[in-house]
Amino acid sequence: MKSKLKKMDILVTGVGGQGVVLASDIIGEAALTAGFDVKKTDTLGMAQRGGSVVSHVRLAERVWSPLIKEGEVDLLLAFEKLEAARWSHYLKKNAVAIINSYEQPPLSVSLGQEKYLTDDEIVAALKRRTDKIYIIEGNKKAQELGNVRTVNILMLGCLAAFAPLETGVWKSTISKRLPERLREINLKAFDVGRKEIEGVRIGKS
Amino acid sequence: MKKTLQLLSGNESLALGAYHAGVQVASAYPGTPSTEILENLSRFKDIYAEWSTNEKVAMEVGMGAAYTGARAMVSMKHVGLNVASDPFMAASITGIVGGLVVVTADDPQIHSSQNEQDNRHYARLAKVPMLEPTDSQDVYDLMGYAFDISEEFDTPVLVRTTTRIAHSKSVVDVKKSRKVKNPQPAFLFNKQKYVMLPVYALPRHAEVEKRMVRLAEYCETFPMNQIFWNKKKIGVVTSGVAYQYAREVFPEASFLKLGMTWPLPQQMIKGFAAQVERLIVVEELDPFLQDNIKSMGIEVSGKEFIPLVGELNTRIVTESSAGAGLLPESEKGEIIPPASGLARRPPLLCPGCPHTGIYFTLNTIGQRSKLLESDKPQEPKLIITGDIGCYTLGAYPPLNVLDTTACMGAGIGQALGMEKAGVKSKIVAVIGDSTFLHSGITGLVNAVYNEGHITILILDNRTTAMTGHQEHPGTGISAQGKETYAVDIESLCRGIGVKDIKVVNAFDLKALRSGLRDSLGREEVSVIIVRGACAMQVRKREHPRKVDVEKCNQCGICLKLGCPAIQSKDGRVFIEPTLCAGDICTICEQLCPQKAIGV
Ligand SMILES: Cc1ncc(C[n+]2csc(CCOP(=O)(O)OP(=O)(O)O)c2C)c(N)n1
Ligand code: SF4
Ligand code: SF4
Repeated sequence: MKSKLKKMDILVTGVGGQGVVLASDIIGEAALTAGFDVKKTDTLGMAQRGGSVVSHVRLAERVWSPLIKEGEVDLLLAFEKLEAARWSHYLKKNAVAIINSYEQPPLSVSLGQEKYLTDDEIVAALKRRTDKIYIIEGNKKAQELGNVRTVNILMLGCLAAFAPLETGVWKSTISKRLPERLREINLKAFDVGRKEIEGVRIGKS
Repeated sequence: MKKTLQLLSGNESLALGAYHAGVQVASAYPGTPSTEILENLSRFKDIYAEWSTNEKVAMEVGMGAAYTGARAMVSMKHVGLNVASDPFMAASITGIVGGLVVVTADDPQIHSSQNEQDNRHYARLAKVPMLEPTDSQDVYDLMGYAFDISEEFDTPVLVRTTTRIAHSKSVVDVKKSRKVKNPQPAFLFNKQKYVMLPVYALPRHAEVEKRMVRLAEYCETFPMNQIFWNKKKIGVVTSGVAYQYAREVFPEASFLKLGMTWPLPQQMIKGFAAQVERLIVVEELDPFLQDNIKSMGIEVSGKEFIPLVGELNTRIVTESSAGAGLLPESEKGEIIPPASGLARRPPLLCPGCPHTGIYFTLNTIGQRSKLLESDKPQEPKLIITGDIGCYTLGAYPPLNVLDTTACMGAGIGQALGMEKAGVKSKIVAVIGDSTFLHSGITGLVNAVYNEGHITILILDNRTTAMTGHQEHPGTGISAQGKETYAVDIESLCRGIGVKDIKVVNAFDLKALRSGLRDSLGREEVSVIIVRGACAMQVRKREHPRKVDVEKCNQCGICLKLGCPAIQSKDGRVFIEPTLCAGDICTICEQLCPQKAIGV
């Protein structure tokens, strides 16, 4: 195992209530099981719903800083479109960006004080760094499964295609972290995510 | 993989470290980023863990326990130590018997606080040893030392974490298991030690000074003050999370990593400094290490290029070090700016929040939106002194209902001060239930005693919501989940002498409006208890409201509630069904002049 170890800096972002912290916890625990050194840190601001949330997850043979340096993110996993653009400057050149097409307009947008970026503007922000942009209809797919709240695990399924961790490790970690009654539907969501990522066109804009 | 490896947050690790070190009594008041320490400890049924009314009481509980020889721990956020500073200073002078560990969780960058004070100064002020971990493993290991040092030197020990330590997870080798040193605590009569009359206190001060001398000797060989030799061009002295950033930024430098940052190991630092070409300190916030090292007569730099404000990260340390000529400019890397034109997404009151209705009422009665229309200095028609909790978010538009927020409990005293100064406007103080019990009661007593005419709104959502929904004396459930006595806020106010007390349903707009109007007309202290459960604690979310597009004329008044479920796109107002709290709320339905909102 040791010889195969790579480094991976992952940024998970979304809006409070979408399960960003749980998703990044699962990445961290799966990576630990696979033999990596891991650090992860969340920035939530205050405890309420609705604010921007970002988690930094770092895996390598030895990790020092819990925060990823700007311009060093290998993979961005965004549960909301605008939040993807918000962290675009953290991406490394040619990083992977996996984005849930879901849109949650901030209050200032509803009040007409600010504008929500168009899809083209969001993609343009990311393209400053990378063409490897994958857009997933996460909320729709999770809804089809019967529970929108599985969207975070579905997105983890998408991430799994790029991470140096085996499927078994992902699944056992997900099972460990979720209560019995939610286990099955989330494991399904994970599989749906893995399939989805294969279906989307690379560099789609 | 060894079985003992776990991915733990600093707070989880701290709780586990304390548990394994044999802590018997733990007390705390919630405060980000320290809250999860007590939450984790409260799950162990073989220790006593409590949410105290405030940090001062928590400290006194810890002190009492330690006086009996039990191991005790008190945890709080940085500003909590301001509240607890009186008994903290007292614990320093009396000393303890059983280990007393005081945890202060500082918040550089003000992620969730009202300031970013550097509590390392408290260790120097109180003349107590201080330990600072650099990650979760350090936290775990340091807890064992903390209790031992406390007992060996007869002193409380300060453990200082920061948000980035408390809320980051890293790998911990959980090596120990729980050992309790003194299973049968006993308090032993000793006036000279515990009764701080002047005759006994002065000799105790002398003891404290002797203790500092012994500690200064001890820290020279403290195992968690460590040197990592590498190239000797640059030597870095550092502690806390700054160590991690510095290790990443200076892979070739030699390091002196301090696990104990008060007192400082003078000989060790001198020896290290003598061997390196240039000595720098990388630390967050104040130049605490730097100034103290300077005063040893050692040449050192740090805050000349490392910022004083905000938390550090590898980019900031890299850029400031490159600016100071310590790194080649090329190390900075290619940085691009954040994308432009992004709508902000600040935290908001939740859909169905019980604070929304009363805030909308304050906004309209006080004509608060007008305040934003002009830049000229103006006195609000209705002055609203605020306090700290979820309800502080009412300061943001569209509600715009707070004029002040200082520290917990301050709003009531401020309101009285403004009245006594003679302002013309009416004054309302707004305070949450947990905050009222923490430090609002004495302000209310003062307002009644001094014959104020202010209105006090106690927003009773039956929880300490802001910090993640902890129980408090008003909920009648203890930290360990036991049903206890629930303080009755209404009777409490009556006992203080408030004559006009109203209890109003937080989701009844009409009652809120008439209640507030009545109180504002009174020449006496008037209390309105606005009661409604925090939406995050209500599981039932039935019948999300809908906007009938036929009836809606897009007046936009419902958007002024600031409810995140009510959204508008291309001029069309709609309610996001997955966000709306439904039957428990209905505020927008009551408000809509067109009767366009319903099930
Ligand atoms: C001295 C001090 N201790 C703790 C905190 C952290 N803190 C901020 S608000 C708050 C309590 C909020 O509870 P409550 O007053 O009931 O209002 P709610 O959030 O429920 O609306 C706490 C514990 C602080 N800011 N200052
Ligand atoms: S957590 Fe509770 S009190 Fe805080 S904003 Fe949400 S509903 Fe309101
Ligand atoms: S009923 Fe109206 S105000 Fe209440 S949560 Fe639903 S949309 Fe928001």
